Amino acid sequence: MREVAIIASAQADNTATTTSTPVEMLIPVIQQVLANASMTKTDIGFWCHGSCDYMTGQPFSFVSAVDALGAWPPIIESHVEADGAFALYEAWLKIQTGEIDTALVFGNGRSSSGDINRILTLQLDPYVVGPLWPDDRSIAAMQARACLESGVVTERAMAEVAQRNHRNALTNPKALRRGDHSIEALMAAQLVADPLRELDCPAHADGVTAVIIAAGDRARGLAARPAWIRGIDHRIESQNLGNRSMTTLPSAALAAHKAGVANDKIDVAELHAPYTHQELLLTSALGLSEATTINPSGGALCANPMMSAGLARFAEAATRIMNGTADRALGHASSGPWMQQNLVCVLEGE
Amino acid sequence: MSDDVLRIRTPISIKYQYSAGPRVSSHLLGLMDGRFVGKRCPVCELVYMPPRNGTCAKCGALLGEDVEVGQRGTITTFCVVNVPFLGQTIKIPYVSATILLDGADMGMQHLIQEVDAADVRMGMRVEPVWRPREEWQPSLENVLHFRPTGEPDAPFESYAGHL
Amino acid sequence: MSGGTSEYSIAADGSFTAPLELSYPYKRTVGPILSRFLTSLRDQRVEGTKGSDGRVHVPPAEFDPVTGEHLTEWVDVASTGTIVTWSWQPAPVEGNTLQHPFAWALISLDGADTNLLHAVDAGSADAIKTGMRVTARWAAEPSGSISDIVCFDLTSGSPT
Repeated sequence: MREVAIIASAQADNTATTTSTPVEMLIPVIQQVLANASMTKTDIGFWCHGSCDYMTGQPFSFVSAVDALGAWPPIIESHVEADGAFALYEAWLKIQTGEIDTALVFGNGRSSSGDINRILTLQLDPYVVGPLWPDDRSIAAMQARACLESGVVTERAMAEVAQRNHRNALTNPKALRRGDHSIEALMAAQLVADPLRELDCPAHADGVTAVIIAAGDRARGLAARPAWIRGIDHRIESQNLGNRSMTTLPSAALAAHKAGVANDKIDVAELHAPYTHQELLLTSALGLSEATTINPSGGALCANPMMSAGLARFAEAATRIMNGTADRALGHASSGPWMQQNLVCVLEGE
Repeated sequence: MSDDVLRIRTPISIKYQYSAGPRVSSHLLGLMDGRFVGKRCPVCELVYMPPRNGTCAKCGALLGEDVEVGQRGTITTFCVVNVPFLGQTIKIPYVSATILLDGADMGMQHLIQEVDAADVRMGMRVEPVWRPREEWQPSLENVLHFRPTGEPDAPFESYAGHL
Repeated sequence: MSGGTSEYSIAADGSFTAPLELSYPYKRTVGPILSRFLTSLRDQRVEGTKGSDGRVHVPPAEFDPVTGEHLTEWVDVASTGTIVTWSWQPAPVEGNTLQHPFAWALISLDGADTNLLHAVDAGSADAIKTGMRVTARWAAEPSGSISDIVCFDLTSGSPT
């Protein structure tokens, strides 16, 4: 296996809405990540993109992202209809084939173009579930109730997740929602989708994340302290909500096992858990201890730019390796209802 | 059994609020004024009309100054549509062409009318036929079609680099 | 598509914006397993398929989740069941079978081993609890679709 590391990242400020087109949003972030790495576009061997046409409301809208890259002379690029974190996995694989040594990975999207809660209904079974139009938040809320009633999580624990993430977001200029809330205030807040309260649910955002990865000595030449990808794995559960565990995440546990999470302690974990109860389920599934700092960025709860929130977790985890505040970190991305898909990545500094 | 359910209707509809972004506003305002306004790339100096996304497809830079082009242009390539399709509003055969407006570096696509399909050719000089002014919207649909100007054809060298 | 240039507005930064509605009139062929399931729904009956491990799947599974083989054994299942989890939808959206606040629920129908996702017309979030018994409300004019069950109604009978 070739050694691969994250050597630079960049994120747009997350906003509730923007008039910019997805392409306009991309350009400054692409330029920033290249500048952060002291690279030019000719140094990039592969460009890999994550986005969702249904979010944009235009078929093949992802193709126009190439306009942000300046694709002349012709470039090698690919796209996944998914979060940019999954594009990073594809780029990592392409480096393993030996065809390339560097890749620029990016995820972007305007959640505000439409009703994101409704758009996510389109990812459900199109025959016997989708036609009833259950929205994403209602579905997450059903999982939350099952977790509460089985004792796997408590309302207080969910409030503590909300409190911690919103406090952490106070120091993250990229976050959309932030604040210092008391547990009492959080637990007394109005229910928006019983049993979920507003701050149990993600702050949907328009945003962009870009990350550059490089192989071996190339990475060592590009960053003083690369964030080495020591393990990466992606597992997916059944799409059938009626035949899945409501209180555990077997795919996350398996991905963590395959990625070698338990081999040593994790200093920092950035988890792509859009709902508070899901962060609790994930912490348990990944086997994280209280010694791990979770979501110092405020996580997907405080800024959930669809299609780049997962990649942002990788960027946040890698940043802490690169700046020396962590030696071993975990980046996580999820996709699908009830965190159906889980991508786990272990990062280490040398 | 012939009475069994064999298919289901599962219509989907999603509402969006589309934004064209600030960089194409001058282009759209130009269309509302009967003008073709594109933008120039500050790095490679190409003029794009329309200035889609306000970005240079060649180098990825944000496009800079507004540049008015046309009204006239040259057909660089075209196709003759003979096949009827659902939703067709124009009588077949009709010609869809790429038109390089005078001053632009990228062709735009539009309809050619007021000439026999068989007489359309590369290099043909054309001009826009606009709808009545009171019908104008921020859209290229303000132009009904392009028609021949009657000028001599543009020399091949003048558009060879845009094929 | 509908919406578009005639309904545009201009934002503070000069951007032109306009509403856009994307709609697709999808018609989907359902295959033999879903065909039988939906045909039964049209007749106000619920059927599921039995897997290699004896579990009864409703909605039916086309392929065994354990072995991957085609499933061919059908089992009649009741149109009554028990709520295993629920959430409250205070603001129904276009396409929901109910257009007043209702509960989403996963329902374990009597005789099934997997849960069915559907709506429960509970009236209020205070009226519904996990474990309550529900019964299907059938559409007056069925079309051979999942909404031939309009929703489930709470029935008396203590939570299990």
